[in-house]
Amino acid sequence: MTYDILITGLIIIAQILAVVVPVLISVAFLVYAERKVLALIQLRRGPNIVGPFGILQSFADALKLITKENIIPSGSNKIVFILAPIITMVLSLAGWAVIPFAPGWVVSDINVGIMYLFAVSSLGVYGIIMAGWASNSQYPFLGALRSAAQMVSYEVSIGFVIITVLLCVGSLNLSKIVLAQQTVWFAIPLLPMFIIFFISALAETNRLPFDLPEDESTLVAGFFTEYSSASFVLFFLGEYASMILMSSMTVILFLGGWLPPFDVYPLNVVPGVIWFTLKVIFILFLFIWVRGTFPRYRYDQLMRLGWKVFLPFSLFWVVATSGFLVYFDMLPN
Amino acid sequence: MYKLIKSFTLFELFQGLFLTFKYIFKSKVTINYPHEKGPLSPRFRGEHALRRYPSGEERCIACKLCEAVCPAQAITIEAEPREDGSRRTTRYDIDMTKCIYCGLCQESCPVDAIVEGPNFEFATETREELIYNKDKLLENGDRWEQEIAQNIHLDRKYR
Repeated sequence: MTYDILITGLIIIAQILAVVVPVLISVAFLVYAERKVLALIQLRRGPNIVGPFGILQSFADALKLITKENIIPSGSNKIVFILAPIITMVLSLAGWAVIPFAPGWVVSDINVGIMYLFAVSSLGVYGIIMAGWASNSQYPFLGALRSAAQMVSYEVSIGFVIITVLLCVGSLNLSKIVLAQQTVWFAIPLLPMFIIFFISALAETNRLPFDLPEDESTLVAGFFTEYSSASFVLFFLGEYASMILMSSMTVILFLGGWLPPFDVYPLNVVPGVIWFTLKVIFILFLFIWVRGTFPRYRYDQLMRLGWKVFLPFSLFWVVATSGFLVYFDMLPN
Repeated sequence: MYKLIKSFTLFELFQGLFLTFKYIFKSKVTINYPHEKGPLSPRFRGEHALRRYPSGEERCIACKLCEAVCPAQAITIEAEPREDGSRRTTRYDIDMTKCIYCGLCQESCPVDAIVEGPNFEFATETREELIYNKDKLLENGDRWEQEIAQNIHLDRKYR
């Protein structure tokens, strides 16, 4: 009896580790890839000293940061100050529990998977607000305010995009969402929604051109200005892990998850995990590419885009899609 | 209307993305610095050096023109006649933390004794190491003589 509990517990821990460790390692390589791609776009070389082509650069950086002194400002609220990066990190890893990497490859295949994912990614803003408030300093505070406003605005349109997808699927289960795309990926019939979702994902993860919460040129480093050492590493890891999480969400909702692009012989023998990873890498490349191309939005432009363009547009598409589905009697049971 | 279609199809944004994508495949403009270095002009003004004649005699005759012309007042010279009657410096200090690398000292020198060599990698860990004395400057001269002589040779027709 007790052995059973122990074994189940061990299996769960093993499953969690099997997801979290690859995610953290891919975060390290994502940081490297970002620096390298940005360097290529700007005709520079990028990191090329640590390891072959510099691929171990992120590990060297992490080691450097962790061995540094952890400074806690004297005016700060110490408990919240320490808790904030931990919350950011944990929440960005918690979302991975429901991501299906391949048929059956999911830690918990719950029926409200997409709602859980949406909730967890929205909770991410708490870590940022806590960090900004606990630092007791101007720049982090402004960064936190901006972050809160920005995330709330863009979550609305993300919500509508998800509703559109759910209308076409008829289930909140992520595996079922993927399986519903066997005939055609949702990125093709719902292309405008795909683009809106991608842009909102940029805003949701505080990426350029929407990185106002950590706007280097006006807010030093935004909400984590006062952070150093290991807590800084946690913020950094959390941010990039949530980037990967958002891109896997994009892949699941619009690019057919683990499904091959065409269900023909040489493509459909490739394991689903590889297709999933390739698609996630493609979306992450888009993230970095967009960062290398566009300048930062002004704050009022950001709000205008969120409320006056994306919200009406996505609302219109929800109505149009549902009308279309009802009229042609194509609603999923 | 045309403008609306243009902004809703994100036409200009895709143009920008295409441009940056092209740049990924262009050749890089930066060099791999510590391993490869960019070209230097023969007139490059780097670390100072005091030169010697081929006989081994130091060139400097303690005229103190460089000390007088130095706009940062980085040079300090003391001089007295040597035993054989020639006029030589007993002290020749350059404070490299004051120096602005204007090159007026080497322009003013009548015997090409003080020159600014091609070396620009002389960073130190302490400030004191940057206050050069005569021994250090002569040692620099011995070490960089070949390059310095070649640079002076290449630049002679413009002088």
